[in-house]
Amino acid sequence: MIESLIPALSSYARQIDFLITEVTVIVGVWLVAAEALFFYFIFKYRAREGHRADYITGDEPRMRKWLIGPVLVVFVCDIFLIVGALKTWSHIKIELPPPAVVIKVIGQQWAWTFIHPGADGRLDTADDIVTVDELHVEVDKVYHFQLESRDVVHSFSVPVFRLKQDAIPGRTITGWFKAIGTGSYDIQCAEICGLGHGVMAARIVIGSAEQHAAWIDASSAGNTLTAMYE
Amino acid sequence: MSEATAAAHEDHHEMSFWAKYIFSTDHKMIAKQYLFTGLAMALVGGFFAYCFRMQLAFPGMDVPLYGIVSAGEYNALVTNHGTIMIFWVAMPVLIAAFGNFLIPLMLGCDDMVFPRVNRLSFQLFFLSTIVLLAAFFVPGGAFGGAWTAYPPLSAKAEYSLTPIGSSMWLVAVALEFVAFLLGGINFITTTMNARAQGMKAFDIPVVVWMIVMASIIFMLSVGPLVAGAIMLLFDQLLGTGFYDPGRGGDPVLWQHMFWFFGHPEVYVVLLPALGITLEVMSVFARKKPFGLRIIIYSAMGVGVLSFVVWAHHQFISGIDPRMANIFTITTLLISVPVAEMIFLFMATLYRGSITLSTPMLWALAFVAEFMIGGVTGIYLGDNASDIYFHDSYFVLAHFHYTFFPISIIAVFAGLTFWYPKMFGKMMNETLGKIHFWGTVIPFNLIFIPLFVLGIGGQHRRIFNYQHFTDLSSASFQDLRVFATIAMLVLLGFQFVFIYNYLVSMKKGPAAGKNPWRSNTLEWTTESPPPHGNFGGVFPTVYRGPYEYSVPDRESDYWPQDLPD
Repeated sequence: MIESLIPALSSYARQIDFLITEVTVIVGVWLVAAEALFFYFIFKYRAREGHRADYITGDEPRMRKWLIGPVLVVFVCDIFLIVGALKTWSHIKIELPPPAVVIKVIGQQWAWTFIHPGADGRLDTADDIVTVDELHVEVDKVYHFQLESRDVVHSFSVPVFRLKQDAIPGRTITGWFKAIGTGSYDIQCAEICGLGHGVMAARIVIGSAEQHAAWIDASSAGNTLTAMYE
Repeated sequence: MSEATAAAHEDHHEMSFWAKYIFSTDHKMIAKQYLFTGLAMALVGGFFAYCFRMQLAFPGMDVPLYGIVSAGEYNALVTNHGTIMIFWVAMPVLIAAFGNFLIPLMLGCDDMVFPRVNRLSFQLFFLSTIVLLAAFFVPGGAFGGAWTAYPPLSAKAEYSLTPIGSSMWLVAVALEFVAFLLGGINFITTTMNARAQGMKAFDIPVVVWMIVMASIIFMLSVGPLVAGAIMLLFDQLLGTGFYDPGRGGDPVLWQHMFWFFGHPEVYVVLLPALGITLEVMSVFARKKPFGLRIIIYSAMGVGVLSFVVWAHHQFISGIDPRMANIFTITTLLISVPVAEMIFLFMATLYRGSITLSTPMLWALAFVAEFMIGGVTGIYLGDNASDIYFHDSYFVLAHFHYTFFPISIIAVFAGLTFWYPKMFGKMMNETLGKIHFWGTVIPFNLIFIPLFVLGIGGQHRRIFNYQHFTDLSSASFQDLRVFATIAMLVLLGFQFVFIYNYLVSMKKGPAAGKNPWRSNTLEWTTESPPPHGNFGGVFPTVYRGPYEYSVPDRESDYWPQDLPD
């Protein structure tokens, strides 16, 4: 359903999409049934000349099943939905798989700074590659990102990954993703962050192993941005 | 009430303009003050929506009646649209206007028990309105950090760039809360102490139940937010660091205090809307509400649960992810009592005799539309799917499918239903129906495209999507234009209502005491009710408020005050 509007490019994107489809089926059945019954009642019990309403209060013994029955089914649906939600959430936000690569993502008014490890594959070394508004990742590798903010609350959102996490000043929040397809897509700031919130756009470039290695080579040559953040 | 005070009420006819309209302590006049201030603010909030939706559909356009919408102005417009529609429209109209007008009349008493506190409530509210709107004319302009006002953006002028506007926004909101606390005290006390003789708990009309429960929920939830607002004001003005991580503060603390209030607030406005809807449905289906007690108990259940769901607004805000699981459970469980109420509303129609008058159309539309708002909430209460939908247009479309039915559709149900009592005249039914369809159809056409945009990954509060490569596609832009045109149609049809509302006051046919053949006590007195409400002879209650279509009675209604 969602993939027709936007590709699903992280290992957990399809899980979220599946969950959304599941919710859609369950609540869709409820919604259609309830609306249909509602409009049927409106039509069926319209006022007619010489015809009075029945006196029904809901307290009659034969009516009691209608007081309790439908909500019991709602309750069972809730349990089903909760199980699906908790499983998926735990997979994405609680149980982080061990990382192949660690990057830093820093939000500030109104730009994203990305710190990638250089050729040595390790962060906080001299060959780190610092970019603004452009994140480069390699497909099929587990990334951990360490998310920070320099000023106000921002939110790091990569819609094709179905990934979103607020960046809170004073904290480092760690999350993960694994890309399963290549290409170049939007990164948005999802939390209003002041005057430039509407232009706080960035791009994520997902490359194959070769493409990514070539990018690291090219970027390591003249890395002027690093100095800014020393 | 003694005969002397009753006589005093009778003598009140010769009052000056100021005493009668501005410094009145009469609950009906205070209700009208709240109503007209609220409706005027609805026009302001609607105008803001018009400005920013024009900018979204036609970026950079010189918007007629406004001008070019800059990024900063865009933020101020969306922030104040949200703030106004919830705090200056839904609250004053649903709770204060209907509460003030209906509670003494439906309980069969002459006024609120604390009339001067009531007057103070409106005066503070009016002051808060002026403070809120004045912020648009100060250097730096009005606050633009969203109606949720998350710090540090809201705490420091260097981040928000609205040094005066941020503080004025906070002061206005805090004043408004004080006003509603004062009003709520009156609603609760009056309902407890001033009911007509013989009126037992379940003889109280359901709309009064709902307004009183809403007032209790408001009182219990607003405290932390007022404290939080004062701390935020200190951060802004005195340089304290409650929310400043650099000095040991925590920005997420505000989010907890805001949403601890903010989520119960949804039910604060929902419950009165449900109450109004049920009153109207009962009258125009000639049926007692199905399972009336269960409806009231469910509302209580919703009220209690509403205090333990707040962090579903914060799933991805950096709270411990394990907490998100707990709040998912509580949030999805709140669907049980809400669904129960909606089922019982539907069952109320069963074997009824339904007349599709204008108020009834609004009431039925409330139920039909609110269901869509309800089920789309499941996607957001589910923490895993919320990762994707959080802060997207899906959220925006979802809560407009709850708040529009609450603060517009249910309000129109109430306004058209009690118009004859308020002004003694009938509104024009044809114009009423034209306005109904001209509002409800465009409403859906605005927000269905916004659901689609949200599913496509579009985030909120962005003044120009051309800056985002994936979102600037022609098909997405077409949806934005479509939604904006639907909004223009919706706004246009509101003039039909304004015309009908104002002209009917003079030219509408006389309503008589009880044009809808209703049972509750407000319909037993004159339309409009005189000062003192019942002309000194207070009604006695013999039965519940919904004895319609009782077998073996010639008449299909049975007013509460009619002796057996």
